[in-house]
Amino acid sequence: MRLARSHVLISIDIESVASGAWEVLRRLKQEIDNQGLSEEVRVLETGTLGVSGRGVVLVVYPERVYYGNVRPEDCPRIVEEHLLKGRPVRELMIPEELIRPVSRDLLGPMREQKRVVLENSGVIDPEKIEEYIARNGYAALEKALSLTPEEVIAEIKKSGLRGRGGAGFPTGIKWESARKASGQEKFIICNADEGEPGTFKDRLILEGDPHKLIEGILIAGYAVGAKKGYLYIRGEYALSLHRMRKAIEDARKLGLLGENILGSSFSFDLEVKEGAGAYVCGEETALMDSLEGKRGNPRIKPPYPTVVGLFGMPTVINNVETLANIPPIIYKGADWFRSLGTESCPGTKVFTILGEVNFPGLVEVEMGTTLFEIIFGYGGGIKGGKKFKAALVGGAAGVFLPESLLGVRMDFDNLKQYKAVLGSGAILVASEEASLPKMLHSVLQFFRHESCGQCSPCRAGTKELYRISTRLLEGRGKVEDLDAMIKLSESLWYSSLCPLGQSLIMPVKSVLENFREEFLPLVQ
Amino acid sequence: MEKVRILKRFEPKRENLISLLHALQRSNAENYLKEEDLKLAANYLSLPFSYVLSVATFYSMFSLKPRGKYVIRICESPPCQLVGAESIVDTVKEFLGINVGETTADGLFTLELSSCLGVCGVAPAMMINEEVYGNLTPEKVRSVLNDLRRGK
Repeated sequence: MRLARSHVLISIDIESVASGAWEVLRRLKQEIDNQGLSEEVRVLETGTLGVSGRGVVLVVYPERVYYGNVRPEDCPRIVEEHLLKGRPVRELMIPEELIRPVSRDLLGPMREQKRVVLENSGVIDPEKIEEYIARNGYAALEKALSLTPEEVIAEIKKSGLRGRGGAGFPTGIKWESARKASGQEKFIICNADEGEPGTFKDRLILEGDPHKLIEGILIAGYAVGAKKGYLYIRGEYALSLHRMRKAIEDARKLGLLGENILGSSFSFDLEVKEGAGAYVCGEETALMDSLEGKRGNPRIKPPYPTVVGLFGMPTVINNVETLANIPPIIYKGADWFRSLGTESCPGTKVFTILGEVNFPGLVEVEMGTTLFEIIFGYGGGIKGGKKFKAALVGGAAGVFLPESLLGVRMDFDNLKQYKAVLGSGAILVASEEASLPKMLHSVLQFFRHESCGQCSPCRAGTKELYRISTRLLEGRGKVEDLDAMIKLSESLWYSSLCPLGQSLIMPVKSVLENFREEFLPLVQ
Repeated sequence: MEKVRILKRFEPKRENLISLLHALQRSNAENYLKEEDLKLAANYLSLPFSYVLSVATFYSMFSLKPRGKYVIRICESPPCQLVGAESIVDTVKEFLGINVGETTADGLFTLELSSCLGVCGVAPAMMINEEVYGNLTPEKVRSVLNDLRRGK
């Protein structure tokens, strides 16, 4: 095989495809051919390049020049000027400060991104298992199989990894509980029913590095003593479904799934299940019901899934980002992992920064990074030089934080002190011009639609909150309505069966307490 | 019969019900589940018809009404709302002359609203069948719909 002089990576993910990536790819290859460069320049399709909101993104190596918003008609120029003559096309380049990992000099005291779960995303071709293997892929599995399951669990416990789905439960303890539980069979479920508004971190792993996830699931299966795993992906994620199915097939061909994996006595198989559009199925027990072919209604806990889970058997259910952390922890060791993040929350966290910021997108940073750094460092501050007003942190089931809390360190425990949550890691930024009553209305509309209807407090309560909010926006509200909303969401917190109804109190109370003055004109 | 072949792709176990409903819905040109589909599924999996109906109506991706060739799902969650999803919904309604939940008379388009589609980096966004469209403006939406109408 001839070595190429240059590599052009083109991001093929939902965002770039929506912006016309296939057409750009076709044109790019055609132009390279026209210039007679096909022997010297190789074009590689990859997952997201970590630049969001910039249309079709290309990166040319070895120079590492990023191009954004590339249109098919830009291809001749890029090929002729840059690839043939060696002169990068300045107008199309993405300014250095927008490229992540962000250069340290430009951000002064800001931290660089520490990529752990997204280390391969945008670097390898996610549809080629060989590329994952070349980057030490499946080496952690090999290492895990040389240890006893108990030793694997001990390493995960020692790492201090906590679930990235939102609740922050220690992963090692969950695994140990399922390992010790008795059952004819045990299951691993990977929760890829990512539906929290403003969240797409799991999608980037599914689309950009599917084998890392498979490896994480395999290690979990070995540690817990499971032979079967399910990967539950929301039905809207067509590309994720395709990539994961292909990755599983490829892994099976190489004997990484199936009987006697890597010559050991460990056998495991993994099946993809497609969701059908229900936010509540992101709740672990509802997800298990859905997997069993039922309506996605949450179950009463306890018993917890590690004791009575899927088909009544002990089950570990972990989020995508949690499982993607497993291979690096096993490969590099718990001490390495603990060197990242904070004492009680080691490691990194993927955040999505959205709304009225200059650079919407995602960052992976160490736990404990301040909200200020994320919004103003990585997010580039507020669009159009406007003033910051509020950040809805943690998704729709999150908390509206005011400017005075920008210094808060983003990890599970610190946020708890401010009655806030890390949740899915979504950060929705509103400027001084945004209407918070309208944002709250949108949040309530979401919950009204997604309440599964099983328990009455949530079924009726979400409707009533939406009704009051509509009344407020239409100018028919009364000042008592504001406290009535807080009170109602409090009763949902006490009486709802699952976190869906319980979590409404967070956005409702925080916005009405921190930004009450925004609502007063509506009720006068 | 083609439907039987679809059923046979799945083991007759209840856990396959949702995958089966997806497959049956995709096999219908009008993007929906017919009563006969639900009966077939119920029969095949030895489940009561009422049970299958209750599952089919729980999930928002299943429809029991005929839908257009193109199902438009506009995201109405906070990240899209904050950057103008409302005006996108209004544009589509006006352009197609239908309300949310309706299908155009020519059977081409159905308009639905959706919870977060997970493509917030390009908000406001929508999906048409399995394709995602982002960074929407009223002009862009009109041009996308025009292209589809002309069969591009």
